[in-house]
Amino acid sequence: MNNFSRRAALRSFALVSTAASMLLTGGVFAADDTVTIGYAIARTGANATGAGITTIPNYELWVKTVNEAGGLAMPDGSKRMIEVVEYDNRSSNEDLVRAIERLASQDKVDLILPPWGTGTNLAVAPLFAKYGYPQLAVTAVTDKAPEFAARWDRSFWMLGGGHDYATGLVDVLAAARDAGTINGKVAVVSVADGFGIDLIKGARPAFEEAGFELVYDESYPLGTSDFAAIMSEAQASGADSFVAFSYPPGSFGMTKTAQAMGYNPAVFYISVGGAFPIYPGIAGGKAEGVMAIGGVDASSDAIKGYFAAHTAAAGNPPDSWASAITYASLEMLEQAVARVGLDHAALAGELSTGTFETVIGAVKLEDNQLRDLWTVGQWQDGSFRAVSPADRAGASDPIIPKPEW
Amino acid sequence: MLTTTLILGLVLGGTYALLALGLTLQYGISRIMNLAYGEMTLAAAFVLVALFQGLGLPPLIGLLVIAPAGYAVGWMLYAVMMRPLVARAGTSGRLEVDSILATFGLLFLIQGLLLLVFGANFTSISYLTHGVNILGVPVALNRLIAFGICLVAGGALVIALTRTRWGLALRAVAQTPNSAPLVGIDVNRVARQGFALGTALAAVGGASIATYQTFSATDGVIFTMKALVIVIMGGVGNVAGALIAGLALGLIETFVATAIDPGLTLAATFTIFLAVLLWRPQGLFGRG
Repeated sequence: MNNFSRRAALRSFALVSTAASMLLTGGVFAADDTVTIGYAIARTGANATGAGITTIPNYELWVKTVNEAGGLAMPDGSKRMIEVVEYDNRSSNEDLVRAIERLASQDKVDLILPPWGTGTNLAVAPLFAKYGYPQLAVTAVTDKAPEFAARWDRSFWMLGGGHDYATGLVDVLAAARDAGTINGKVAVVSVADGFGIDLIKGARPAFEEAGFELVYDESYPLGTSDFAAIMSEAQASGADSFVAFSYPPGSFGMTKTAQAMGYNPAVFYISVGGAFPIYPGIAGGKAEGVMAIGGVDASSDAIKGYFAAHTAAAGNPPDSWASAITYASLEMLEQAVARVGLDHAALAGELSTGTFETVIGAVKLEDNQLRDLWTVGQWQDGSFRAVSPADRAGASDPIIPKPEW
Repeated sequence: MLTTTLILGLVLGGTYALLALGLTLQYGISRIMNLAYGEMTLAAAFVLVALFQGLGLPPLIGLLVIAPAGYAVGWMLYAVMMRPLVARAGTSGRLEVDSILATFGLLFLIQGLLLLVFGANFTSISYLTHGVNILGVPVALNRLIAFGICLVAGGALVIALTRTRWGLALRAVAQTPNSAPLVGIDVNRVARQGFALGTALAAVGGASIATYQTFSATDGVIFTMKALVIVIMGGVGNVAGALIAGLALGLIETFVATAIDPGLTLAATFTIFLAVLLWRPQGLFGRG
């Protein structure tokens, strides 16, 4: 009777483990006092870097902060702990869509947080709409936000569009030119990918309207790692302003190249990556005066507290563009839940019409979009400070010309 | 203008060539099409940064540590992972397909480890970033050093392969792996050496990239692609070919960027690549 075969042993093992896992998951879902929040984010692949800087640390910080305070407050005053269900979307839209589908239909999570990136948020917008979840698309930059908000009425677009950032920059340069600090010539390069194309499209007419002459205007392919040729052309163009609508690798590469060749334009503007906490290190400690997309009101106490909390939890400060807005979107969600509970329709209504106290100040969306945006920031005394729009409270005065490298 | 293009192009081409040397050795001698090549260069880049920031080891000294470490890792990888594939494939052409699949898996393994250990953030160091004037063209010193490393490594390799007995054995295995045992060459050992040497070169390439370029744990594929294009253009297993193809690619990209349009650099690269594949599939310097 000792012929207890391996197959039988395996079968029994499988049975036991299935039973155990059923017990475990049963335990999770039976507990009515938790709120399940799901997200499918890029832990690996091309989007892992962006998600790892802007999105994941904020999701984790927020969940930790809420749970340490006793959980998510409900309208009846009770508090429920947050339980996270997380999938890696491996930077692939197919995996992402599958994971969101699974979160909504199988895991039946209470809330879904959006992925990182413009394209990814557009890819899942129809799914969020189909299952009725509110979508706080915070890391999506698109000029079509008004259309999307109208098409999917539970979607919220919080990072503006290329046109906003382009005109914000032109305003800063125009003010400097009118003051006589820079000439009317601009050298502009852009990455030949969604973001760069959007921005240059918005920038060309804006520059022209403001009376600037684009003496060098070229695009470069995604994945370019050598900028020596581009930068030496820009240097030879006679422009006082260098503008790059670039992704982080390009922003960093151009900074290093400009330093090596001693290229010192009065305005040195780069896009994504310029507001990253690692930027001063990449610039060899000489980031002073560099302009980039985004910015925060670095003197506000809420922002200072947020930077300190982020540094303590993630080990590094947040980036000064989308990070604070990402965290603000989570605070909005938290406050909306406290007011109306977890019903998706009520939640979407509250997000759309309510006013929320967040790290970026009081937020009230217009047509499901965040319109109070900082468009241009500049490194000043080790902080990345917002300089445009200049008339908004908390804006710093730009330093032009930029000190030499 | 022409000197600017020429110098910037040569410096860029040197870094490309350095990147491709290891891959051409691995594929040419060991017949392993290593899709994880870029991840290996990246791993070395991360190690260099860790040595520099953690222990204060200057990158040029770090290189001297990383190169032999790369050799050892390559040796181990071949012994543990590639050797069974080689043994199973025998004399059939299965090795190519098997090695592509196996190293494709290795790619994700290394990428995952890098993400786990070093995180998703962009990594960069500032080392010898000031410009040096060469015929009136400012070039970053760290890029010049990378160019120098490329010339030294590539030149030494070409000489070793053509002038020494050991090089002869390597070339014998590369050209006719089935006949090499007939003259007393231990093919397994030579293939392992070729793979290990290739990994060491990948490590040197990655470490020198770390001194001038910002990189992140997911950038490996870009390096593999670039190296692959150069290796195929230069002729698989042809070290001198890889050197020349790398330099040519750098010159062409810089010329296109300055004279025509920076947007067309990639298009130019792949047009030439396509032309080579169509009319000289054995590579510009491969044996026809």
